[in-house]
Amino acid sequence: MKAWIRHAYVSIVDNDRRLGLAMLGPAMLYIIGFIGVPFVIAILLSFSNATVGDPSIHHFVGFKNYLEVIHQPQFLIGLRNSLLITFVTLAVLLVLATIEVELLVRKFRFKRLVQTLLILPWAMPVALAAIAWLWLLDSQFSPLDWIFRQIHILGPGGLFGPSMHFYYLGRTDLALGSIIIVNVWRMLPLAVIIVLAGRLSIPQELFDQAQIDGAGFFRTLFRITIPALKSVLVVATLFTGLLVFGDMALVDLLTSGGPGNSSQILPYWAFLQGINGGDLGAGAAVALFLLPVLIAVAIFALRYAYGSHED
Amino acid sequence: MAVLKVENLKKHYGKIQAVNGINLETKEGELLALLGASGSGKTTLMRMIAGLEQPSEGDILIDNVSVVGIPPRHRNVAMVFQSYALYPHMTVRDNITFPLKARRIPKESWDKRIEWAVSILSIGKLLDRKPTKLSGGEKQRVALARALVREPELFIFDEPLSALDAQVRNVARAELRDLQKRTGITTMYVTHDQLEALGLGDRVVVMKDGVIRQIGTPAELYDKPADLFVAGFIGNPPMNLIDRGDKVLGVRAEHLMLHEKGQTSDAGITLTLRADQREYLGSEWLIYGFEDNEIRGRVVVRLPQDQGEAIKTGELSTFFAERRHVKYFDKASGNLIE
Repeated sequence: MKAWIRHAYVSIVDNDRRLGLAMLGPAMLYIIGFIGVPFVIAILLSFSNATVGDPSIHHFVGFKNYLEVIHQPQFLIGLRNSLLITFVTLAVLLVLATIEVELLVRKFRFKRLVQTLLILPWAMPVALAAIAWLWLLDSQFSPLDWIFRQIHILGPGGLFGPSMHFYYLGRTDLALGSIIIVNVWRMLPLAVIIVLAGRLSIPQELFDQAQIDGAGFFRTLFRITIPALKSVLVVATLFTGLLVFGDMALVDLLTSGGPGNSSQILPYWAFLQGINGGDLGAGAAVALFLLPVLIAVAIFALRYAYGSHED
Repeated sequence: MAVLKVENLKKHYGKIQAVNGINLETKEGELLALLGASGSGKTTLMRMIAGLEQPSEGDILIDNVSVVGIPPRHRNVAMVFQSYALYPHMTVRDNITFPLKARRIPKESWDKRIEWAVSILSIGKLLDRKPTKLSGGEKQRVALARALVREPELFIFDEPLSALDAQVRNVARAELRDLQKRTGITTMYVTHDQLEALGLGDRVVVMKDGVIRQIGTPAELYDKPADLFVAGFIGNPPMNLIDRGDKVLGVRAEHLMLHEKGQTSDAGITLTLRADQREYLGSEWLIYGFEDNEIRGRVVVRLPQDQGEAIKTGELSTFFAERRHVKYFDKASGNLIE
């Protein structure tokens, strides 16, 4: 036997199967422990009459929680608002993200500074952002109102006068609009980063060719860029859409679902029912209500994205 | 058919001088090959002519009208890229129709134009396919059809054959040549492959470091290189360049033959070489050798089969080249001495 063979040994990195398990293991444990288990518990809770005071899930009540939840007026309002906020946010996001990406792929002065500023909303803590927005949208001290008064949109003789304030968070339509605007502001950096990565992966020769073929800005955008970005836009929509749909912190901080329940959304209502109201079963039922729909949307979107990639 | 004229064209990116004072003029309907290694500025020159880059200085004229500052969509210059840049989500038909739509060419003439381009390139069967379902050669034909369909004044080909397999390449080269002759559209053909440049070009422009070293027919470049760079670049093997004091002697491998009695120094030059390597090429031999006591400047000789066989490595042989085949270059400037 040659000398070096005695010193050779097979380590874990030589075995793909074991190496794979070792590297995936921590992530798997994390997902099972912090997502899988709570998810199963949530499903069990939604079929039980568990409360915060008695969180045992021994007593199954079937679909009672779901039926009760549907029959409350907040449910329909919450469902409608959740869908409305998500869809309008996404529509505005897609347009703004596309514009911003087209801006960022071009060369201009202070591009790095602009890039940094545009990413800031994503880096900012929600609570900090909420304080800034609460001030901007304040019923008495809103600087926006002040600007509108200066240009005679508000105040005596103004377009929306004689009131001196818009009361952004105090009127249903404006409250929903405000939530949408802050959502867009928060999600735009994420959408831009996803779309920008896709945009930069399109070969430059395609754009050169389009220029030579005689295409102007809009023809290039709609006939070359957007079709090439199709799958990336689907992914960006899916990601931001699920984040917007599932988020309750923003509504909690801005309007707390008010005035009344008019800006209520499903995730926040689930939190109010299950945690604040103590009815764990009902809260879980609300939270899980749209799960089948969301899963179906996610599967459909991802399939579409992969499909258009192979084409 | 158009005449392209480039006057004192310069382009610099910061301190880097990509194109440094180019002057050239095409003839009507000619295929002008632009030959240079990567970094020679040939692609930058092309992109300026197409309008994709703005020149730092100088002028570009198509039929005596300056096009500097005019965006590509208002120049009637078609370009075929190395990657063919077919629009991946469009069918072949939509790809070919795209320039017609984009240039707002009246719809009535579309069918006629498309039919014409499709029949010239015989791609009728491919019209409903997507680019991903095409072979390299087919992609090239579609790219050519898309360039042709708008009836451009000027064609620019940027290394259009380098993405093809070696076998397809020869066929594609012949087809390109044929297409250019049939349409008669003035064409600039950018390449780093001298076989392509010499085989395709009516004239060839040799570029290095952003300047033109020589413009001429393939035969002129081969027989009468303007300077040491062109002499050492064109031909395979390139011209032998032998140090002769303040001059450099240049002679092609096939112009050196075994010295025979009666060949005097009036009629040409003799060269005594010690062969150190032989290469068998079937119909002929390449003999590599050095002048005795001289380790610089290896000389290559191309000999017919029977003569090459007789050369032994390590032995001295004397070769002869006729006067008309011998060129001299000034060592300091590198230029050909007439």
